[in-house]
Amino acid sequence: MSTGLEETSDAETVDVTEAELEALIGDRALARDEHENAPGFVVNPDEVQSVLGDLKDEAGYDHLSCVTAQQYEDRYESIYHLKKYDDASDEVSIVVPTTRDDPVSESAEPVFRTADWHEREAYDLVGIEYADHPDLRRILLPETWQGHPLSDDYDQDKPQLVTLAEHENPLADDHHDAESDTMFLNVGPHHPATHGVLHVKTVLDGETIVDVDPDIGYLHRCEEQMCQQGTYRHQIMPYPDRWDYVSSGLLNEWAYARAIEDLADIEVPEYAQVIRTMGAELCRIASHMLALGTFALDVYGEFTAIFQYTFRDREVVQDILEDLTGQRMMFNYFRVGGVAWDLPEPREEFFEQTRDFLDELPAKVAEYNDMVTSNEIFQTRCIDTGVLEPDVAKDYGCTGPVARGSGVDYDLRRDDPYGYYEHLDWDVVTRDGCDNYARVLCRMEEVEESAKIIEQCLDLLEEWPEDDREVQANVPRTLKPDAGSEIYRAVEAAKGELGIYIRSDGTDKPGRFKIRSPCFSNLQALPEMTEGEYIPDLVASLGSLDIVLGEVDR
Amino acid sequence: MGSDEPETQPRQAIHDSTAPSTDTRDSRIGEGVDDRFNSKLREAFGASPFILTKFDEFMNWVRGNSMFMLQFGIACCSIEMIHTYAIKHDVDRYGAGVPRASPRQADVMIVPGTIVSKFGPRMKRVYDQMPEPKFVVGMGSCTISGGPFQEGYNVVKGAEEIIPIDIHVPGCPPRPEALIYGILKLQERIQNGESSPVVVKPYELEEFGDLPEDELVQKLADEIDEDDLVMRYNWADSP
Repeated sequence: MSTGLEETSDAETVDVTEAELEALIGDRALARDEHENAPGFVVNPDEVQSVLGDLKDEAGYDHLSCVTAQQYEDRYESIYHLKKYDDASDEVSIVVPTTRDDPVSESAEPVFRTADWHEREAYDLVGIEYADHPDLRRILLPETWQGHPLSDDYDQDKPQLVTLAEHENPLADDHHDAESDTMFLNVGPHHPATHGVLHVKTVLDGETIVDVDPDIGYLHRCEEQMCQQGTYRHQIMPYPDRWDYVSSGLLNEWAYARAIEDLADIEVPEYAQVIRTMGAELCRIASHMLALGTFALDVYGEFTAIFQYTFRDREVVQDILEDLTGQRMMFNYFRVGGVAWDLPEPREEFFEQTRDFLDELPAKVAEYNDMVTSNEIFQTRCIDTGVLEPDVAKDYGCTGPVARGSGVDYDLRRDDPYGYYEHLDWDVVTRDGCDNYARVLCRMEEVEESAKIIEQCLDLLEEWPEDDREVQANVPRTLKPDAGSEIYRAVEAAKGELGIYIRSDGTDKPGRFKIRSPCFSNLQALPEMTEGEYIPDLVASLGSLDIVLGEVDR
Repeated sequence: MGSDEPETQPRQAIHDSTAPSTDTRDSRIGEGVDDRFNSKLREAFGASPFILTKFDEFMNWVRGNSMFMLQFGIACCSIEMIHTYAIKHDVDRYGAGVPRASPRQADVMIVPGTIVSKFGPRMKRVYDQMPEPKFVVGMGSCTISGGPFQEGYNVVKGAEEIIPIDIHVPGCPPRPEALIYGILKLQERIQNGESSPVVVKPYELEEFGDLPEDELVQKLADEIDEDDLVMRYNWADSP
């Protein structure tokens, strides 16, 4: 811990808000903490709600982006990363230390609904308890799990018991509540409409949904542990591909690359940034195509036309990406400080292939609009179902097309610029519908915007001077950021804000590596969207959230 | 082959000549009248329209050529699995293309992804629900050994710890071509009548009350009903 911010790029603006923040938090701040791009304030565990409430109501920090929990030798620490939906680059971190003997901290759930799941995860993996939390139980690991795996005294070889009680017949007597005449229904974890291994516990009154409780953790692959075991330079980069595996690999890699490059002060060559931007937008198209195809499959059982059409287009994108990166899905193409290699030779062929795809895209999008979005059945299923009001979306920390479909104008590519986006001409798509239909339209239009970005990148790459095609910065073989330096950095992935928190402990491996997954926050809003609606709308809402369980569970 | 006979001469048996035999047809519908029903198969069978085979061999042939896959998406590999079902790769060409949503209608289960502790008992249950004979294709490194996540505290070190697997397709993820190759290999095995290997499965579902008493069981005794099924993971014994 230290006092004050030592280095700031634009000192003036930060100073103003910082002085205001200091005045606002006042005596409640025990100390200051240094974070790379956010002023950090250390507060008492019993003042979390009052500090966060003031920051939300009076300073406008209405986006609780992430909650990181970690264990030090002498204490536990919860860090609340706050942002503004209006200005994503304005960040503040609230650090809440608790003792090792009695790790109890006040819950932030009454201020931000999204803290509910984030704090459950902190309890599950690290072992911090939150007072006033409405429902503090394990979220990723089975309820019978013994120990907290990211705490330092966890024994990984200890046997564990996992129960299978939910698999009893859902229509059996014990599930039928005679008084209220409701029925309990399991959806998943093996169910075609859950897009993977999600388990949704629902309580039905007739066909109406009374209660929805998403049960996650069926794909909790210890991604944070894996990243904490790898070295910064090369061993971490393959893992981001596997968080959001719907071909969003490059977008995820960028999240890690951005965090470590800012932490270790690495300047990425502009040429590499253009390649990154192009690759990332290709990934976004592939991801949105799958979202559309599976959504059509969900809402009207369309396995023959739309689903196959979208997969046809994904194949084209994947071919382009394979030429660029060498793999169809798990690209591992980004390097710390650039990309692995230049565009494939002969370049003309690559440009031609990519341009062919872009030329055909408008006709394909028009075809999708003909077949999907203007389809009457589709509209009946989607318009005014799964309504997510903007205030609710903000309260749950929703980002990406889910937030933009509710009219929340928040896109990190524009609001917290990185890569080459600020030099390109494109628009952020927002929709005011707040329903399933708006989210689908939002994705469709984002595909067109992505195509615009790729087109401009191709123009740039074609005319880039031959002697300036540097794809990687000069990065030391071993990266060892200063001990104790902390950073939270996010990029706009296909599903929303994908953030990485890294704390360095002075070695070549991260002391703490925390992933802020957009799907995790988006999925949390599912009960708000579906309770009181019919059960088919649950399937549609789940589809329009476009979750990937690899990223929800990590 | 009767080399002195002309090639066009009708033959009486399936051996000796490859020329079409029309005797059966001619006697039924008159000579040279209508060859609309004259299939290659009938030509090949000639006057004796029977194949002599063993019934089990016939069943194996049928089984191998009509496999109903279970629609079972777990992780990254399931995206490549969907691509294998979709156009361009189209595994339906090999008679294995229709994904069934219910395990009770499926013959083959492709396990496409990492198995974690919470999902292990569920996968076991889904496998148990499939009718015999059933076959499993393990797709990707995670189903072989846990793959890149092998050191994770929550990751089962390969699907074979829990269910028997017939074909392993390595890769992270395997390309659709690789998965098709694996499916074809499985078809070949089924057609040859090779059944699922019997393996020792360390992780089995048991009733909680049947578990031997130890520290962990005693600790959880209040939380878990005696009749509940449980899976006990002995991580230290895993490979």
